[in-house]
Amino acid sequence: MLELVDLSHTYGSYRAIDRVNLKVAQGEVVCIVGPSGCGKSTLLRSIAGLIKPTGGTVLLDGKPVDGSPENLAVVFQDYSRSLYPWMSAVANVGLPLRRRGLDKKRRDAAAMAALEQVGLAGAAAKFPWEMSGGMQQRVSIARALAYQPKLLLMDEPFGSVDAQTREELEDLTLRVCAHHGMTILLITHDVDESVYVGDRVVVLSKAPGTVVGDLPVQLPGPRDQIHTRELDAFVRLRAEVGRLVRGMTPHRNTHGFGVETR
Amino acid sequence: MRRATSGVLRFWIVPVTLVVWELLTRATESPYFPPPSRIATQFYDMWLSGPASQLLLTDSALDTFGPSLGRLIAGWLIAGVLGIALGVALGRIRGLSEYTDPVLQFLRALPPPLLVPIFFVLFKIGTPTQLAVIVFGVIWPVLVNTTDGVRAVDKGFLETARVFQFSRYDILRRVILPSAMPKIFAGLRLSLSLALILMVVSELVGSNSGIGYSLLYAQQTYDYAGVWAHIVLLGVLGLLFNALFLVAEGRVLSWHANARRNV
Ligand SMILES: Nc1ncnc2c1ncn2[C@@H]1O[C@H](COP(=O)(O)OP(=O)(O)O)[C@@H](O)[C@H]1O
Ligand SMILES: [Mg+2]
Repeated sequence: MLELVDLSHTYGSYRAIDRVNLKVAQGEVVCIVGPSGCGKSTLLRSIAGLIKPTGGTVLLDGKPVDGSPENLAVVFQDYSRSLYPWMSAVANVGLPLRRRGLDKKRRDAAAMAALEQVGLAGAAAKFPWEMSGGMQQRVSIARALAYQPKLLLMDEPFGSVDAQTREELEDLTLRVCAHHGMTILLITHDVDESVYVGDRVVVLSKAPGTVVGDLPVQLPGPRDQIHTRELDAFVRLRAEVGRLVRGMTPHRNTHGFGVETR
Repeated sequence: MRRATSGVLRFWIVPVTLVVWELLTRATESPYFPPPSRIATQFYDMWLSGPASQLLLTDSALDTFGPSLGRLIAGWLIAGVLGIALGVALGRIRGLSEYTDPVLQFLRALPPPLLVPIFFVLFKIGTPTQLAVIVFGVIWPVLVNTTDGVRAVDKGFLETARVFQFSRYDILRRVILPSAMPKIFAGLRLSLSLALILMVVSELVGSNSGIGYSLLYAQQTYDYAGVWAHIVLLGVLGLLFNALFLVAEGRVLSWHANARRNV
């Protein structure tokens, strides 16, 4: 459903990403992992139509993306700049639905249902500044759920919360988002997280970022923070991804991991 | 400890000042500086000795305050609406402010009282002239603050709006305006105190009703206690408006105060 063809972007003369090629199928959960500053956010912002890439194309359902595509939601890392502090949680979640032509009652009902799914039914009337970081990020996720996008982009969504909350949110993403049949592209710099959450892990190189690895994750479901992480398969995959992220296997034939090259 | 002291000081400063003022004016016996007790009596006789059905206000108080306060509120509201609308346009329409900036800076530099003669010619004596003076004089803080506020909207807020494809109206109404509201309110508050001043000034020069006119009349009839009573009245009105405004602001901007406290 999503295809990146030779996607490149340069800021001035600084090349942030370099000819990224990627194909994502409907319903897949793909994690993109790479070192800090390798252009992950640039990649996501190109897909979301927030910047116009200087080279290559983004295709959604075969059509080139121009501006922000329909049926796309984003969960940003910095929830404090993404949730509106002048609105309650339920209003934040319901706001994008105005575009869907729903009346207020329907919007509120949909927003409440989404908040319930992320375990925040009791906090619907709260304002973002009355909530912890983890709760705010749950609201962001609820907003994406209520919007029912076909493609959900997440940019280091759990980068600003403590370790335990992070695990909870990872499980929430797996359970709820995957259940909706959404296609998810989750960006992270955390190797463990990418393997734990993804059906597939795509590794970007140091800047300028380009795809250096594309590994299917075959772990028995349902995943579980303790048991999944101690499986041999998980440990091996994590080591493999870790090496790729650190650029330790530059000559490895990445085609062996199923890189899509057009 | 320091807070307690400053609380006591604040509480005592008013009566102490009044007593000193009373003693000094009694000692000097200057006709231009009547003692505060006489000013208070005059104030009461002129405006506060009315029937309970009028909240103790006399007919003279209603006749004097009514037109003044009406013009003040109306002028301030018109200036507020115009200032916000123009400020949003200037802040959000690219290039517009570069075009209009020289003209706006010129208009802003004109002292509003000096425009009274021109407004006279345009609107004749009476309410329209005073409204024009107030609107012209108090629009600037709202305009400038709104322009600043709508320009300073966090990029993250706007990107969220873009990703979720908010309509242009929703972006303005639900994102840009609320985000700029703290600044807009700061401008409105400044405008309100300016509006009070300009209301009096416009009534001093071109009017036959209102507090300014009544003040002028007291002065011309050598009623100095009356003049002072008007001055006290203006001070009280200023305090009152500010207090009311802060209550309204507290309600509209509670999210802002709280969000900042929790950071
Ligand atoms: N607006 C911008 N202007 C100039 N350089 C930028 C801009 N945004 C990001 N960069 C640079 O591009 C590189 C990649 O940034 P980014 O995509 O945010 O990386 P990541 O999300 O992987 O940490 C960084 O070196 C960053 O400094
Ligand atoms: Mg980033």
